[in-house]
Amino acid sequence: MYIVVIGGGRLGYYLAKALLDEDHEVVIVEKNADFCKIINDELGGVCIFGDGCETTTLAEIGTGRADMLIAVTGDDEDNLVACQVAKHKFSVPRTIARMRNPQNEAIFKKLGIDVTVSSTNVILEHIQQEVPTHSLTHLLTIRDRGLEIVEIKITPEAIAVGKRVRELSLPEGSRLTLVIPEKQKPRVPTSDTVLQDGDRVIAVTPPDAEEALRTALMGS
Amino acid sequence: MKVVIMGCGRVGARLAGLLDSDGHSVTILDTDATSFRRLPSTFQGTALVGNGLDQEALKRAGVEEADAFVAVTQGDNRNVMAAQIAKHIFEVPKVVCRIYDPLRQELYSTLGLETLGPTTIFAQMLREKLES
Repeated sequence: MYIVVIGGGRLGYYLAKALLDEDHEVVIVEKNADFCKIINDELGGVCIFGDGCETTTLAEIGTGRADMLIAVTGDDEDNLVACQVAKHKFSVPRTIARMRNPQNEAIFKKLGIDVTVSSTNVILEHIQQEVPTHSLTHLLTIRDRGLEIVEIKITPEAIAVGKRVRELSLPEGSRLTLVIPEKQKPRVPTSDTVLQDGDRVIAVTPPDAEEALRTALMGS
Repeated sequence: MKVVIMGCGRVGARLAGLLDSDGHSVTILDTDATSFRRLPSTFQGTALVGNGLDQEALKRAGVEEADAFVAVTQGDNRNVMAAQIAKHIFEVPKVVCRIYDPLRQELYSTLGLETLGPTTIFAQMLREKLES
């Protein structure tokens, strides 16, 4: 695949390196001449000095035949514009934008950016996973269906302890899909499965029912 | 009408002054408080420190009730993004943004954004002056 990467900072550099290792054709566009030089010294001439939001720069590197454009500069507005120019001027089939501010997800989606990656959210989720007191962790978002896969750790004081799944008042649309007990093998819960202290429950839920799901298992 | 202006540079401050003296309710946003010194001393509107790309800051500026939104910061991309947030998220009826880069201006006009390109306009005016 031919992939254009906008932004040759740390993220752009490692991303390009990984893509090159997978034998993709990669061009990085970077505004800072010093960064360009470093990248070209280390990765071979893959970096073009220029503004990735400018039509002329994108035309020069043949963005019209690109299969994908990934914008990973540090500025949300630059990533948005680079993706919009790629999409509307060069008909690039797939555009991916990095977002600093997770709030921008709605506008990026509305404007047709195919995939958004919020570095802030990704890091937050990882931190949450490592913080034992946090009872609900996001594992995965299934964007096109508007669903989330979450993990809930059952603590001794949780109201679900000793209860069967069918006795829980789970919110509409939420499903418990896997129970991982502390010392036994994981199992797929049935309505008769009794939850225990220390169980880790993997559930599928619409994002707006997340809090209700947490309350149904943990109490308020 | 109620107008929110993003960017208190020379143009933003001047526009704020003009609209204010016409009796409109003006709120002007800038990330740098010192830029408000450009506002005329008679300015009756609101000057707010905040980033117009931040939806919370836009709400504080009253974008939800605004009749018009104008983006005139120094950055084309910032203007374009803020204008699109105002138009598509907050559904402000009239949104205008400045884009210096003629190619980007052309693109966003075709995407339905109301844009003004100082580069093109000014070059044409200069040509007229020189050729007349």
